[in-house]
This record gives sequence, C-alpha cells and structure tokens, in this order.
Amino acid sequence: MSAALATAPRSPPQAARPPAPIHIEAAGVCKRYGNASGLLALDKVSLSVREGEFLSILGPSGCGKSTFLRCVAGLESPTEGSIHVHDDLVRKPPRNMGIVFQRDVLLDWRTILDNLFLQVDFRRESRKRYLQRAQELLDLFGLQGFENAYPAQLSGGMRQRASICRALLTDPDLLLMDEPFGALDALTRDQMNLELQKSWAASSKQTILFVTHSIGEAVFLSDRVVVMSPRPGRIAMTLEIDLPRPRRMAVREMPAFAHYCAQIRELFGAMGLLKDE
Amino acid sequence: MNDSGRFFPALRNWAAPVGSIVLMFAIWQAVAAGFHVRALILPEPSEIFSALLNQPHYYLTEGLYTLQTTMIGFALAVAVGVVLAILIVEVRLLESTLYALIVALNSVPKVAIAPLFVIWLGTGTGPKIAIAFLIAFFPIVIDTVLGLKSVPKDMLDLANSMQAARLDQFWRIRLPAALPSMFAGMKVGISLALVGTIVGEFVASDRGLGYVILTAQGTFDTAQIFAANIVLGAAGIVLFGIMSALERKLVPWHASQHREA
Repeated sequence: MSAALATAPRSPPQAARPPAPIHIEAAGVCKRYGNASGLLALDKVSLSVREGEFLSILGPSGCGKSTFLRCVAGLESPTEGSIHVHDDLVRKPPRNMGIVFQRDVLLDWRTILDNLFLQVDFRRESRKRYLQRAQELLDLFGLQGFENAYPAQLSGGMRQRASICRALLTDPDLLLMDEPFGALDALTRDQMNLELQKSWAASSKQTILFVTHSIGEAVFLSDRVVVMSPRPGRIAMTLEIDLPRPRRMAVREMPAFAHYCAQIRELFGAMGLLKDE
Repeated sequence: MNDSGRFFPALRNWAAPVGSIVLMFAIWQAVAAGFHVRALILPEPSEIFSALLNQPHYYLTEGLYTLQTTMIGFALAVAVGVVLAILIVEVRLLESTLYALIVALNSVPKVAIAPLFVIWLGTGTGPKIAIAFLIAFFPIVIDTVLGLKSVPKDMLDLANSMQAARLDQFWRIRLPAALPSMFAGMKVGISLALVGTIVGEFVASDRGLGYVILTAQGTFDTAQIFAANIVLGAAGIVLFGIMSALERKLVPWHASQHREA
C-alpha cells in the first residue's frame, strides 16, 4: 500500500512554477442566522484558494467552518460578502463540484455502483460513459467486487470510500469535504487520509477544500491550513505546510510536522480551547 | 448443505406459528369436551370446522365478498392518502390546515360514523367501502407524511449539490426514503380496512362475513360465528401477507427486512 503511494507522482515543487490561478475567492463573508441580532456564525471571512490547492479549514466545533463550506457549495448563502468560484458568483451549487459530507449519505436502496451514478442519472447522461471511471475509482479505493452490494452490507469506512468515489465520478475540479473522516476510527482515518492524498495526486489540478477539527489530519493533508476561531468564526491563522509530497505516515515523526501542529495547538491554547496544565 | 440451509429456517419459521395454532385448538377441544361446555357458549373446534366444511361454498362466497370490499376500500385509501400526504408535505399551507384537521379527526372513533354512511350511500357495497376507506386512510396519510418529512437533510443537500430538479429529488430520493414508513402505515391500514368492512356489514347488509355473523347471532348459532371469524382471521392473514410480500419486493434494502444472523 505505502509502496504504491510512494510511486504516485506529484507536480513539481511550488517554487518552480508560477502561482496557480485563483479558484475560490471569498470576500468579507458573514453569516448570521435569524434576524440582525441573531447568531453570528461567520465574521468577515476572506480567503483565496488557488487551483489545485489542498486547503484545510481547521477549527473547534461550532466555529462556522462547515457553514463556510456550505456557502462555497451554494447550499447556504452568506448574509454579507461574496464568494466567487472561477469568477462566477455563487448563488446555487457550482456545476463542476463534488461534495463529501460527514455522513456518507449513500442511498440505501441503490447498490454501490448505482450510488456512484446518482449525479449521472440526475443529469440524464449515459451511464456507459462513466462506467470505466467508476471502475477505476472503486479499484483505487479498494471497493472492487462491491459494485452490486447495498450500503447496509458495507462497513463505515467502505461506505465513506464509496461516497468519495461518488463525488469524484464526474471528475470535478473542486472537491468539498465536510469532516469526511470524523465518524471513522483512528486507523481507518489514517488509511483514508493516504487514499485521499493518492487520489488527489492522480487527479489533474483538483482543488480540495477540507473541513476538519483534527490538527494532525489538516497538517498531514494540506498545502495550507486555515485556522478559525470559535464563534463568531474568523480566520485566526493561516499556515503554509511545506512538507515533501507524497507524504507517508512517517511524515508525522518529522520535526517540521510537529512544529506545525505545535503552532496550531498554541493558538488553540491562546484562544482558551486547550487548557494544558 | 446450501439447500438444507435454505429449507430448515423456512420450516422453522412456519412450524412454530402453525404448531401453536394447532396446539390452541387441541387445548380448546379438550376443555370444551372434557368439561362439557354448552355449545351455545363455546362449541368444540370440531363442531366449528364441521360447520365450515358443511357449507364451504357459503363461507367462501361471503368471505370473498368481504375481502373484495376491503381491498377496494384499502386501494382507495392508499391512492387518496398518498396523494394527500404528498400535497401536505409540498404545500406549507396545507400542513397547518388540512393536516391539522386530519390529525384531529383521527381521534374520532371512525366506526361511530358508520350509520351516517348508510344514510348517505344506502345499504349496498358503497357504505362498506367508504368505512373501510375512512378507517384505513388515517394511518396511511400520517405515516406517509412522517416518512416524507423525515428524509435526512444531508440527503437533500447532496441532491441540491448535484443540481437535481425538484421532481427528480422526489422520485429518486424522497419517495424511496419514505417507503419504509409508508409500508408501516399501509400494514396498519389494511388490517383496519377489514375491521371497517365488517363494521359496515354489521350496520346494514345482506352479504359478507359481517352479515353471516349477525344472522348466526339471531339464531344463536355460536359455531357459525366462530366459523365466520376463522375465515375472517384467514382473510386478515392473507391481506397482511400480501402487504409484507410487497414490502419485501419494494424495500428489500430496509433494516427491518434484514434477518440478523
């Protein structure tokens, strides 16, 4: 498994190429629930995500990180500010986007393969066109042989793998992930991080916006980690993660990795979220 | 090995309920015969079955008539109930008005309305169908509304993120997600429809098992009452069995259909 990961090629180091075009541009995004005195979930969040970037939004529960992701997805609209995806103002879900939620949200009445085809069915496109891609994805995530199984027959980790395959089937250039591995056990979670990195590396310039509350996961996966403060959600820190790719589990033993994690933990401590005494 | 694995569980599933019914009749027979209970109070099962077998055609015809009335009433209840439930969920105004009214009316004992239907619709099959319909209608509407409203929110988020049209979301997500709840309502409804038909036949009728029971009561023919009830019980089992088979066919994926190992 790790040998296969090591051979996955990744684009040349960032310094060698000009900065990629902006993919997501959020400007002064506020989200308030209810009336003018209602709960402020997001407070003036401004953020640019480059094409092909793996960006994690990290924060404690209830910091509005999921709300931000839902605004980018067009599932909610900001009270103030704007979000552009590829220069288009987001008013409804962008077309070329895949999304993975914390729950796998597989449809129980569809087989795994039929679940992958959900969007293709909605778009009234030919399943045949996507059959080969579906097979590739199922192979990549170790689900070969489960095409005709129903979700109830699969473990939690396999179900979430299938939901990632579903999001990737039409090769979206933007993948939004809302705490996708939060409900999995630690070992499965590590495994899924490796598989996700591999699939991202194999993609062509796919942008991933990844919401998580796990420091280690964010540092391990990301090019850049955006740390949010508790409610109202503001950007408290942005951290470029300069670790070689592809990253293996051993990256976690590197002093640089520990240093990034420590910086974030310190910030959480300063915000009163971690009382280490 | 595989064949026996399939066969024995099936046998076990049938053997226990059938065995307990046989045992019940055996104890009944022993008590009724052993204590010389008067046939007017509690006839021996042997007398009941001979009443059944003496006039098989009579019980079969009346039974089929009752079954037919029940199924028409139930089919109407499903058609009207499901459509109304969809409207209630789709149109917000209807939820606070029509649905509130339906929930309130559900607490009225429907059988008490039966005489009204005789006045309105006469003494033919009409009023029986109407009562069967009315009594089966409530659980179907209420459970279908419940099912449609409890579709997980993230499932709808997923559909929206895929830019699915409203109608597509209904057919591909909300309706299938509501099916288990709908079947729960329909299984209650079909048993209640049979009750409704019998009540209708009690009130005014010259056909059906309800009428057979009333006639037998007039002549103190207790064995015939029991015989008609056995036919009714069989009809109820058949109706419920049809619904269960349909459920297994349409929602094989649901947790209630999985047998735990």
